[in-house]
Amino acid sequence: MTSLLSRLFGRSRKGSGTTAKDRLRFVLQHDRINLPPERMEQMKAEILAVIAKYLVVDQERVEMALEQRDRMHSKLVAEIPVAKEQHGPAKSAAVPAAQNSDSAAENGANDSAKARQKESEHDTEDAKPEVKADHADDVAEEKKEKA
Amino acid sequence: MAGKVVTVSSGKGGVGKTTATANLGTSLASLGKKVVVIDADIGLRNLDVIMGLENRIVYDLVDIVEGRSKLRQSMIKHKKFEHLYLIPAAQTRDKMSVSPEDMVKLTDELREEFDYILIDSPAGIERGFRNALEPADEVLIVTNPEVSAVRDADRIIGLIEAAEKGPGKLIINRLKTDLVERGEMLSSDDVFDILGLTIVGIIPEDELVLSASNSGVPVTLNEESKAGQAFNNVARRIAGEDVPFMNLNDNPGFFRRLVGLFNGK
Ligand SMILES: Nc1ncnc2c1ncn2[C@@H]1O[C@H](COP(=O)(O)OP(=O)(O)O)[C@@H](O)[C@H]1O
Ligand SMILES: [Mg+2]
Repeated sequence: MTSLLSRLFGRSRKGSGTTAKDRLRFVLQHDRINLPPERMEQMKAEILAVIAKYLVVDQERVEMALEQRDRMHSKLVAEIPVAKEQHGPAKSAAVPAAQNSDSAAENGANDSAKARQKESEHDTEDAKPEVKADHADDVAEEKKEKA
Repeated sequence: MAGKVVTVSSGKGGVGKTTATANLGTSLASLGKKVVVIDADIGLRNLDVIMGLENRIVYDLVDIVEGRSKLRQSMIKHKKFEHLYLIPAAQTRDKMSVSPEDMVKLTDELREEFDYILIDSPAGIERGFRNALEPADEVLIVTNPEVSAVRDADRIIGLIEAAEKGPGKLIINRLKTDLVERGEMLSSDDVFDILGLTIVGIIPEDELVLSASNSGVPVTLNEESKAGQAFNNVARRIAGEDVPFMNLNDNPGFFRRLVGLFNGK
């Protein structure tokens, strides 16, 4: 409908104007909640890592996005499909992860994950998230590829 | 009836605040309103040259708030309009020499005598902006249909709302109709969708704006200027008239209305 109208009125929505609008939407979403995109991805990865301790998540179909009605009203909306078959890693991860999350982070993390953890340390000193770093990292990478 | 304080702000610099203030001042004056425009951009005085009043300045805003000059004798009367005055910014002083409270006190005095007190805010979110915002009854946010200007407008709108001066109204300046038609510029609808504020003016890009500032004669006085006409319309809307938007092939809601029509709404 809209494309028909735009053609009718000679206004192609494919130009850089549309790109400008999309980019503005994106940047303003983050400006308005004061959470830059990279930190948001980090948060999503941590959330998924926590869930993955209990459930097998269909990583491919995970959707987590910020919805904004306006400047004052933002919400994080997530759809996290759970695989039908719950097997090994989910259950076994649940208990030990809570105990040795610190060492898990040390061992499993590659350099970039460590760097990111460092970056966020000033914010999370009191409540360090208990995330299995290798998990978190996989997810973060996947997310980046999508973007 | 006490006068109304209208602050013209933007976030990003160079988008047309001073141009808008000067033109809305002259437009409102030509509608028969009593108007005073205040240049709150201390250290970067500009409104005087845009209005062609630079030769008449004796005292400035800081002289007034520091009590060195009487308000009456410090206001500069416009050459063409009997009821249009300017209070110029101090050129060699620091923004900190005026406080938000000073501005409230000053404008409260001006309200007694004028219908409209227009304040040209400096760019940014610092003291000068706070000075301009504090006494405002209404805030106009000038932006260009361009990513950085819209982004900064959003930031300023957030601050205006936080200061309970919102919601504010938008002036979209320097719209290039041909580019919008080709899809190479944000349309006024796009800007509305993103910022969500009422649009009170859409001003086209117009070379005559430059000629006007060269000669110090506001472009609203040039009947051939589309930007001038658009500013006149904004002034009438501010004064409470319901003025339809000029046909720039980019009316706000034009597109949406059509879509509504086709959907049978
Ligand atoms: N509608 C317009 N068409 C063309 N040029 C414009 C228009 N509005 C503003 N300008 C030009 O843009 C420049 C910046 O305007 P100005 O009013 O000084 O911005 P600000 O006060 O926000 O810094 C000036 O050179 C001015 O002539
Ligand atoms: Mg200016």
